Amino acid sequence: MRKLRPPRSAHTTEKQQNRQSNSEFGDAATSLAANPDVTTISIEDPGETPKHHPGPPRSPGREEDDELLGNDDSDKTELLAGQKKSSPFWTFEYYQTFFDVDTYQVFDRIKGSLLPIPGKNFVRLYIRSNPDLYGPFWICATLVFAIAISGNLSNFLIHLGEKTYHYVPEFRKVSIAATIIYAYAWLVPLSLWGFLMWRNSKVMNIVSYSFLEIVCVYGYSLFIYIPTAILWIIPQKAVRWILVMIALGISGSVLAMTFWPAVREDNRRIALATIVTIVLLHMFLSVGCLAYFFDAPEMEHLPTTIATPNQTVAAAKSS
Amino acid sequence: MAEAAESPGDRGRASPRPLFAGLSDISISQDIPVEGEITIPMRSRIREFDSSTLNESVQNTIMRDLKAVGKKFMHVLYPRKSNTLLRDWDLWGPLILCVTLALMLQRGSADSEKDGGPQFAEVFVIVWFGAVTITLNSKLLGGNISFFQSLCVLGYCILPLTVAMLVCRLVLLAEPGPVNFMVRLFVVIVMFAWSIAASTAFLADSQPPNRKALAVYPVFLFYFVISWMILTFTPQ
Repeated sequence: MRKLRPPRSAHTTEKQQNRQSNSEFGDAATSLAANPDVTTISIEDPGETPKHHPGPPRSPGREEDDELLGNDDSDKTELLAGQKKSSPFWTFEYYQTFFDVDTYQVFDRIKGSLLPIPGKNFVRLYIRSNPDLYGPFWICATLVFAIAISGNLSNFLIHLGEKTYHYVPEFRKVSIAATIIYAYAWLVPLSLWGFLMWRNSKVMNIVSYSFLEIVCVYGYSLFIYIPTAILWIIPQKAVRWILVMIALGISGSVLAMTFWPAVREDNRRIALATIVTIVLLHMFLSVGCLAYFFDAPEMEHLPTTIATPNQTVAAAKSS
Repeated sequence: MAEAAESPGDRGRASPRPLFAGLSDISISQDIPVEGEITIPMRSRIREFDSSTLNESVQNTIMRDLKAVGKKFMHVLYPRKSNTLLRDWDLWGPLILCVTLALMLQRGSADSEKDGGPQFAEVFVIVWFGAVTITLNSKLLGGNISFFQSLCVLGYCILPLTVAMLVCRLVLLAEPGPVNFMVRLFVVIVMFAWSIAASTAFLADSQPPNRKALAVYPVFLFYFVISWMILTFTPQ
């Protein structure tokens, strides 16, 4: 488990030590009141006590529950939150806090979105009170160009043999893709955040996400579509649908596992409806992109033929 | 001058006169020599006067600016560890390159539906908006480079791609076919690599070592998109 999450390990050990020392003090305090004999023993060899108790004071089952619920790092979260609010929003430093990530962190988050661990919460596992906007912004930018360019390439490959086909760069599709992707990556988190706030006011949920955390999760969950969009160049209907299913399964599960704890305490029906809506919206995005930007290989590509009069004439002559 | 002509006569007539003159007329610096020497504005005014461009001919002025732009072009084509591109930034080179590129990418027909290529304004917006976004990104990541320095470098490093565009237009005059496309692909890939190498040589040092990849990736995407526009260009 530790090997799977390298950035955590340092913090975890540090925290464990803290906890141990805390619990030691706590134990000492309570046992001092109970029986003074025990305290004398622990005072005699303070250096050896960590070696004698290598296991964390909390059970592994509880740790897992903590991660799911978001109780983990509560002390750290508060500390960092206090740091972040130090500069007002009109200063440049305020916006620098959203880009306060290192290369390895971004890679870990991408890896986390590609290989979700069942039952683990993406936000608590990777983002951990430091949501960045670097990942979402550049993943969206890459996805826009990946979809537009590979859609164009696949259309070119489908019509490669045809005499009447004239290659068109279809540059307009870049702006359409940008509108769709950025609207999805910002408006859906915004509405989800509003919805969760509203539910939180009615039913007390243990986990609540900030807007930035939701944006961050959505941004990273879109990463899987970049390799998918590039592989969509292959003009095979079956391959494309298998790729959509794989991508949707991975990123949908990341989203579902992240937002399930936030709605778990709610009414069963509402909780399920929320998760289903999230996954459905995600599905509409991928299927919609596939349908709009990539021509189906089986079709005779009627729209282009009708759109350009020259080609219609040529097609009529040839037929 | 006037004061110099006056002073010998004044000195001969009365001795208390220079005292009053020193109080009333500040421009007499010979009587109070300390003032003129110490103050910094005086010295900078002298230097400004030396390098004043008021007296030189227009040709010299234009040639000097053109030489500065040309020198930076040479820096991009042969990237060395040098700070010239960073220190004296200008936006003339980027403007020239961007307009040239956008003009060459412009097709004959203005009908976007038919040929689907990027229009002049689209190229212009992509280049400048992209450069500004990359600059903001590197600043937000904590890079110690000024806004316009970064814009200058990114703009000048389009030069290899503009050259690629020129080559592509020349190659497209020949018979179209697979060989033609291969030549263009090769040229664009080489020039793309060149642009990336040149821009990272100038920009990578300004970033903290653990964030270099994060700052370089957007640059890669930026030049990749421009290369794609150049490669897919087909004249109508």
